[in-house]
Amino acid sequence: MIRARGLRKTFGEQVVLDGLDLDLAPGTVTALVGPNGSGKTTVGRILLGLTTPDAGTLHGLDGRRRAAVFQENRLCEQLSAVRNVRLVLDGGDRAARTTRAVAELRRVGLDDPSLRKPVLDLSGGQRRRVALVRALAGDADLVVLDEPFTGLDPESRAQALTYARARCAGRTVLLITHDPADAAWFGAAVVHLGA
Amino acid sequence: MLAVAFWIGVWHVAAVVVDQDLLLASPGDVLVRLAELVRTGDFWATVGHSFARIGTGFLAAAVVGVLGATLAAASRVADALLAPLVTAVRSTPVVSFIILVLVWADSGQLALVVSFLMVVPVVHTNVLEGIRQRDPALLEVATVFEVPTLRRIPAIDVPAVLPYFVSACRTGVGLAWKSGVAAEVIGLPQGSIGEQLYQAKIFLSTADVFAWTVVVVALSYGLERVVVALLDRASRRLAVGSPA
Repeated sequence: MIRARGLRKTFGEQVVLDGLDLDLAPGTVTALVGPNGSGKTTVGRILLGLTTPDAGTLHGLDGRRRAAVFQENRLCEQLSAVRNVRLVLDGGDRAARTTRAVAELRRVGLDDPSLRKPVLDLSGGQRRRVALVRALAGDADLVVLDEPFTGLDPESRAQALTYARARCAGRTVLLITHDPADAAWFGAAVVHLGA
Repeated sequence: MLAVAFWIGVWHVAAVVVDQDLLLASPGDVLVRLAELVRTGDFWATVGHSFARIGTGFLAAAVVGVLGATLAAASRVADALLAPLVTAVRSTPVVSFIILVLVWADSGQLALVVSFLMVVPVVHTNVLEGIRQRDPALLEVATVFEVPTLRRIPAIDVPAVLPYFVSACRTGVGLAWKSGVAAEVIGLPQGSIGEQLYQAKIFLSTADVFAWTVVVVALSYGLERVVVALLDRASRRLAVGSPA
């Protein structure tokens, strides 16, 4: 169980989190829902170890292997989709990691030519799917997905949702979203954050 | 090329107007002298002598500059220690280095040491800036996914730093040749381009001065093109290449 108690975070004068309590049950998806500026991304960053809370306690994070889809794609633009995914995969030699990366990327509908291009040359939707696969292809046991389906057309979104649900099974996942339908798709426990 | 032709034309007109070979040799005279020089073995030995030393000085500066910048980026103590040294080396007149090297060592390695000292601060400063300008978003990705350093360097660090390194190399090559040949003119190592320029001055052979200057410009340009092409190739190899 990942347990956060009394999380507080301010940026200058702005109080982003004020005494947040949050439990993430192991092997389940928890959806964090709320309007812009309610601190959803900040919670994700705290769980990823990228932001330190001003106050509060966190338990159950030690030793966890983490992965994330950030609000932005944050891909190595000059590298191909395969190399972006392979960059974060563990285990096996390079060829084995490449094979794994190719197989995972195909699952979200990326065709072979798209796998070989620099991601710079891919469409926004393709890049978003590469970012999603990068987060879920590995063996991380804590995954933060921050608006992971933004910018996808209906067909790509359906593929991405199916892939994500399959790959999130058995992992502890924090899904940050505006869309309650996404939370429902994952059967997630929903936590509402106020503005 | 048209611009080069234009300026050669201006040079020719100026030479006709001045009409004194001693003051300003014409492009034709320089070309004739150059044609005479390149047919001799001594010319190539001289070019090889200077190229080996100045090229080695440049390469050593590139390596040391990158290592120093990496160290400075990794450690505040190293940065604090290296920063004044780099500033001092950058601000010291080249003539001071030439004199000191002549006092401390023989003139044979003068061009190597002086070109090295002139280029090191340029590479150090540029590469350090490149390291500091790496995309923090990608560095966060590397942190979250615990990307091993040996994978992070070619994927995230090198692409960010390479444009700064290429810029440093472009500046550095010209600087290495200018300072290296200036050092040779003062230190007169035997069989160097600097020695040939000095001889040309002694014998008031303006055509020779121009001819050797053209050689230096050509060598500098050629080395810059080679270095930039190699870095460009390395950059493309680091990028997509194949999906593997």
